[in-house]
Order: sequence, then C-alpha cells, then structure tokens
Amino acid sequence: MDGRVAYAAGGPAEAIAGAAAWPAEHGLRAGLRRLARNRLSLFGLAILAIYAAGALLAPWISPHPPLATDAGATLRAPGLAHLLGTDQFGRDILSRVLHAARLDLFIALTAVGAAVLLGGVLGSLAGYLGGWVDTLVMRAMDALMAFPLFILAMGIVAALGNSVANIIYATAAINTPFYTRMLRAEMRVKRPQEFVDAARCSGNSTTRIIVYHLLPNCISPLVVQVTLNLGWAILNAAGLSFIGLGVRPPDAEWGIMVSEGARFMVSGEWWVSFFPGLALMLAVLGFNLLGDGLRDILDPRRP
Amino acid sequence: MHLRTGWFLLRRLLSVLPGLLGVTLVIFLLTRVLPADPAVLVAGDQASKADLARARAELGLDRGLPEQYLHYMVRLLHGDLGMSLSTGHPVAQDLAQRLPATLELTLAALALAVAAAVPMGVLAAVRRNTVWDHVSRVVSIAGVSLPVFWTGLLLILVFYYALGWFPPPMGRISSLVGGPERITGFYTLDSLLARDGERLLLSLHALALPALALALVAMAPLARITRAAMVEALAADCVRAARAAGLPRRTVLWAVAFRNGLIPVLTTAGMVFSFLLGGNVLVEKVFAWPGVGSYAAEALVVNDFAPVQGFVLAMAILYAVLNLAIDLLYGVIDPRAQTVHG
Repeated sequence: MDGRVAYAAGGPAEAIAGAAAWPAEHGLRAGLRRLARNRLSLFGLAILAIYAAGALLAPWISPHPPLATDAGATLRAPGLAHLLGTDQFGRDILSRVLHAARLDLFIALTAVGAAVLLGGVLGSLAGYLGGWVDTLVMRAMDALMAFPLFILAMGIVAALGNSVANIIYATAAINTPFYTRMLRAEMRVKRPQEFVDAARCSGNSTTRIIVYHLLPNCISPLVVQVTLNLGWAILNAAGLSFIGLGVRPPDAEWGIMVSEGARFMVSGEWWVSFFPGLALMLAVLGFNLLGDGLRDILDPRRP
Repeated sequence: MHLRTGWFLLRRLLSVLPGLLGVTLVIFLLTRVLPADPAVLVAGDQASKADLARARAELGLDRGLPEQYLHYMVRLLHGDLGMSLSTGHPVAQDLAQRLPATLELTLAALALAVAAAVPMGVLAAVRRNTVWDHVSRVVSIAGVSLPVFWTGLLLILVFYYALGWFPPPMGRISSLVGGPERITGFYTLDSLLARDGERLLLSLHALALPALALALVAMAPLARITRAAMVEALAADCVRAARAAGLPRRTVLWAVAFRNGLIPVLTTAGMVFSFLLGGNVLVEKVFAWPGVGSYAAEALVVNDFAPVQGFVLAMAILYAVLNLAIDLLYGVIDPRAQTVHG
C-alpha cells in the first residue's frame, strides 16, 4: 500500500491532516473495533442488514404473492392473516413492502453506483489534468447544481420519458456533481505530493497513477458520502414515484404504495400508506446512521 | 453604506447572470439533446402529423442547435414559456397565477423551521455531550430520514382524522368561503390587508399542516448545523475574552457567539432551500395545495411537457435568487467575505 505510506511522507500540513484522518491504528480490524464502539452506527448497520436480508429473501419469506389480489379481503386492518393489513385490492401489504425493498434498493444502488463511476472519472480527470478539462467539467457541474435537485430529476424524467430506467438515470445525474467535486478536490490536494512525482519518475502512466496511487487514498470520504447518498437516493426515487413517475401500478415500490394509500388516510385506513412509508424511513435512517458513524470514525475533525 | 459594500453587492448581483444562463442552457439541452422527440414533447403524444409538423417548424428543429437556443432565449425573454396542453393557458400565466400559493407555503415552512431549529441547535451546543445533545442528534438524523410525503399524510391522520383540529387537506381555504380578493396572492396577507379576520384564520388554519410537514424537512439539517456552528463559535477567543471580562452568560451567548455562529447556518440555508423547493412538490400533492409544484406534477403525469419545463426554470430562478439573497446577507453581516472573492 505505497499510497498510505507515502501519504504520511507529504508536507507538514498533510501529515497533520493525515494523522487526523488515519488514527494511530490502521487496518480493517481497528476500523471495525471503532465502529463497534459507536452504537448509533451499529444500529444503522443492523437495520441495513435486516433490509438486505429481507430484500434478498423476499420471494421466499413473503406470506402472499405481492400482486395477488383478493376481492374479499380489501382494506383489512393489520391482523393475523395479514400482518400489515391489505390494500384496496386485497393485496398483502407486508409482502408488497418486502418486494418493494428489492426495487428501491436496486434503484438506489445502481443510481449511486453510476454517479460514483461517472463523477469519479470526471472529477479525477478534472482534478488531475486541470486546465480546460477542469474548467469544462466544473462549469457543467455548477450548471447542474444550480437547480433544486429533486426538481431537476423531475425535469430529466419528463424529458426522457416515464420509466424506471429513466428514474435511475435522473437520480444518477443529480448525484454526479457531489462525486465530481469530491474526487477533483482530492486529486488537487494529492497530486502535488512527492509520491506522485516518484511514481511518474518510475514510469507510471497517468491512468496508473490515478487508479493505483491516488484513488486508494480517497476511499474514506467516498465511503461516507456513498452511504449517506444511498439514503438520499432512496428518498428521491420514492418521491418521484409518489408523484407518479417511473414505477407503474401494480408494481410494488414504497413511494407508489404510499401514493396509492394516501386517499385512505382521510378515512382512517392508515395502514395502507403507513407501513410502506415506515419501511422507507427506516431504510433511509439505516443509511444515515451508518454514514454518520462512519464519518465520525473516518473524519473526526468534523464537529 | 460603504462604497466597498456597494460594489460587493453590485458584483454579487451581476454574478447571478452566468448562473441563470447555464440554467437556461441545461433546460434547453434537456429538450433537444435527449432521445425524446422535442416536437412530441411540445405537441403532446396525441398530436396529429400536421400538429407535429407545425411544432417542428415552430421549434426550428431543422435549424442548427445554437440557432434553436437563440430562438428559445428570445422567446424566454418575451415571457413565452409555451402553452399548457392540459389547462389550455399559456404556461407563464398559469405559473404566475399559482406561484403565490407555493411561496406562501415555502416561506411559512421556512419561518417555522428556523423558529424551531435555531433554538434547538443553540441548546444542543450549550448542553454539549449531555443526554439532551445525544437525543437531539438522533432526532435530527431521524428527521432527515423522514419522507416528507409520509410525514404530511401522518399529520393529516393525527391532526385531521383523529383529533379534528385542522381542516381536511383540500387546498388553501374552505371552498364554501373562498379566498380573499387577490392583491399579493398570499391568502394570509391579503386577508390581513382586507381586515378579514375570518379568512385570515381559515387560511392560517389550512396552511398549518402543510407548512409543518415541509418545515420538518428543513428543521433537522438546520438544527444540526446550528449546533455545530455554535459549538465552534462558543470555543472562539472572543467568547473567552467576553467571559473573562465578566459579561453575563446570556449576553455572551446571544450577543457574541450567536452572531458568529449564524454565518455557517446561512451558508447551509442554501442547501436547505434545495430540499424545501423539492419537498414543496410533494407536500402540494399530499394537501391538494394549488401551487406550481402540483401544477408541474399533474402536467408531468399526462406528458404535458411545457409546464414542467417552465416550472423547472421558475424554480431554478427562485433558487438562484434565494442563494443570492443569502450571499448578500452573508456579505453584509461578515465584511471579511466581501474581499475574499468578488
């Protein structure tokens, strides 16, 4: 791990920053020990583990098929036959919530993954190469960030068309600027350091330097940002489906389930919207708790 | 006002323009560069061949891209945002008619959020690392995780259905009474100006739940940032000096630390506005609030594109104006900022 050793060999400011960001004990075990001491982030991790399990096992653990209607059991309150109640078509809400977890987590993971990839490449190039590449990329990102992000996502989906794939593209697009800026900043800080010159002198190409020497040092703020971002991406995607974009009935997704159940709130059948929304909130909470805890561990400078 | 402050304000005002230009470029590119056929976007997917051909000619799709952008900008500067297929009115007219409803909701939510979050944050900073601090931290993380449409529905369930304290979520005022005469478009303000106590109360009553739902979105990040900013401000030298000089705790807190602590809060306010404007759309749908957000959402679902385009532009302009206001305020409060970067 030449990157980490050389990191400490930078200038005095970098050494202090390095000392703050990489506590005395390195390595996976020390990190995990620190994570274990932070109860909030453990709680977040536990929530996410439950969700991952639920999403993966949904087809096998769901008591009913998520699309199965039952005209004789519409709008039943939570009870033994249907633990979370049924909706207006008699569909079991628990099963639908479980299946919705798959779709929502899939949307969030692919969208953020794409954003990290695209933003990472753009930001690394902008930060490392500088000049007109930097200016062009940053102006483009500034243009994107001039919009309230949810509204920009609406605009993108409107232009592209109403489908789940476009929801993913739109969510990826609005998240790309964060990663572009982050990677650019990291590149600009680390590029002037000695280990980069050393790598160049030993004949490494630009790509090799970026990928093998510089990127490994950018991992920790990236991990924090991705975790927090995943929570926000789920909220975004659910919000878009709430207003009727992307997911079509009868597919199960948390946002559209809340939307379909909304009209029953005023007549007291609260469970139709409540449980999908609760599932959504807890998922986001898990990501936020974990991300917050990771930020405490990896970047204790922040208050 | 000093000459330097004046120049700073002028430069900041002008710096908005390239940003707005970028905004128009993005919106223009959204309709031209992306796979969907712009003629279909404008004329609607029910349009006949003749309509499509006319739309194509109007949009100048046969001409080069820069020329099309120029035409788009000219139309924009004339206030032409196209026609809404669903309402049949010009988009600009629809937006102007519905904008005050959105502004009233957003400003009410902002006021509520600030009034609640700032004291909470200050308290958390003063009682640092106590139980109260940890509780407020968990609460604010939970708050940031709440889906605003879900919170709105829960508020309706509890405060309308269960308790009956608030009116049904059917718009800005009871349709039996009808809104006040339109001066500003703000029902609360107009009722006040007309000295109409009944309408004032009814409109406030209807505004309460949606504003609260939206405020909760902003409260959590504001409280966290206030806490963080106050913690730093309280650790500053000027605070220690004030304490050493024997000033009472309350004076030190509010007169010295708070003003410095306010600065990072202002900077974060920009991000909070982004959430607020986005959350607006969702709250308007939940509460059937006749603002621009619900206008755009309804148009989106029926593939009526012009209103959405106008809405995105309007919100981007509003966002730019809000950020500008923050920057100006920041520059006036903190004179150091004026010299850093024009």
